[in-house]
Amino acid sequence: MFYAVFIAPFADFEFMRRALVGSLALALGAPPVGVFLMLRRMSLIGDAMAHAILPGAAIGFLLAGLSLFAMAGGGLIAGFLIALGAGLIARATQLKEDASLAAFFLVALALGVTIVSVKGSNVDLMHFLFGSVLAVDDPTLLLIVGISSLSLVILALIWRPLVLECVDPGFLRSVSRAGGPAHIAFLALVVLNLVGGFQALGTLLAVGVMILPAVISRFWARDITAMIGVAVASAAICGYAGLLVSFHANLPSGPTIILAAGALYAVSVVVGPVGGLLWLAWPRRHLEA
Amino acid sequence: MAQLRFRNLTLGYERHPAVHHLDGEVETGALVAIVGPNGAGKSTLFKGIVGALKPLAGAIERDGLDPRDIAYLPQVAEIDRSFPINAYDVVAMGLWRAKGAFGGIGGKDHQAIEAAIAAVGLTGFEQRPIGTLSGGQMQRLLFARLLLQDARVIVLDEPFTAIDAKTAADLLELVRKWHGERRTVLAALHDIDLVRANFPQALLLAREPVAWGATREVLTADNLAKARRMCEAFDEYAEACVVAAE
Repeated sequence: MFYAVFIAPFADFEFMRRALVGSLALALGAPPVGVFLMLRRMSLIGDAMAHAILPGAAIGFLLAGLSLFAMAGGGLIAGFLIALGAGLIARATQLKEDASLAAFFLVALALGVTIVSVKGSNVDLMHFLFGSVLAVDDPTLLLIVGISSLSLVILALIWRPLVLECVDPGFLRSVSRAGGPAHIAFLALVVLNLVGGFQALGTLLAVGVMILPAVISRFWARDITAMIGVAVASAAICGYAGLLVSFHANLPSGPTIILAAGALYAVSVVVGPVGGLLWLAWPRRHLEA
Repeated sequence: MAQLRFRNLTLGYERHPAVHHLDGEVETGALVAIVGPNGAGKSTLFKGIVGALKPLAGAIERDGLDPRDIAYLPQVAEIDRSFPINAYDVVAMGLWRAKGAFGGIGGKDHQAIEAAIAAVGLTGFEQRPIGTLSGGQMQRLLFARLLLQDARVIVLDEPFTAIDAKTAADLLELVRKWHGERRTVLAALHDIDLVRANFPQALLLAREPVAWGATREVLTADNLAKARRMCEAFDEYAEACVVAAE
């Protein structure tokens, strides 16, 4: 019984195994980036960037059909252009960065949907918007795993300046010039992981595996390192649980993974030991000192 | 020997001067209070000294020191107190110039960090998230970081504002110790009595320098009144300054 429910789907079907490996790889790369996005109050900017990669991937699709290389390359280029463009416009004009990103990503989303619709069918469009984690082939899997590995290495390299840039940017500026490059490398990580997640979860849900685990972790840990551990673990659990539920209940797998993360988020909001609602509703006796 | 030399220095924002035609020297090992009304240009001068603001005209000479070797305590540190990091790690940042982004923190460094935390009286608070510290404790923490920076020039922008008397006295003791170690210390301060009691030299600033020298000669009633008068609001439509540049 246990075997049939929890293990057999992955033992019996290769597409389930691939989907699981892809989800676990995404769970390693994206959530740590999401934790930093959240701590820098850039959660919605991650969302905006996810939309921004759509027209790039769509142009790749227009030129080369459903080619992994063309779509991932196009997505990367578009993501970087939008990140840089929004940053430049925010710096050069009165517009704040979030406002200029909002303007960019609305246009990008509309443009992407238009381009895909010109050449492809509604099925293609659904693939772009929501991904197809059950259809990942070997090259796609390699891309996702490669991106996650690269992302972890880069994060380790820029860890110290990145943390310092979040806590006390003025101090970092006063002792080092590493802040700017670290910030750009971090934006690159956001784009990279979104392109990885895009392959499995589509442009609208890719950011879910980045931000939701990060938000969950805030309810369980008080320290950045522990938060990243919690975020990775919860993303992995949700990937596994989502695939399992989608298999047994015959639901679309990408959205089910994100819904699993949503469920874990709801539980965390209520019972999370760091500021969960439960502890607000039934406060324990205050301490002596 | 001059540690800092200002040559006809003008600093400001969008062509409007906030520090206007400042000339003078800060000796190595000097303990100087910068006094002046709000808007007098004290913070602007500090930003210029640490290289965060380029002069509109004139120059600052630092006796071969890189601006990044100057330890700087800003008035309102841009610290994100909600970030999940503990007090120990914040103090450890003071080692950045020695360790950079990758250098390991070894046994000796841990001792130095502990010693700095002890020197500001925060022993026992090492593992506390910074969001749980009070304003005074946070200021003590920043002084511990300054201690670790081990800089020859230390610039403090209103270090004793909004903290209690005991904390101010403890931190002032550290400033005196730095002075004893022949470090150059500049501090922007509003408490005239505190300046008279502890700072041998003072610069009275009101955008233009009003007086600079021994504290009791600078902080006279006449000079203070003059500074207040000179610190008028900035004029959006001011003419271009015609004082000849050197």
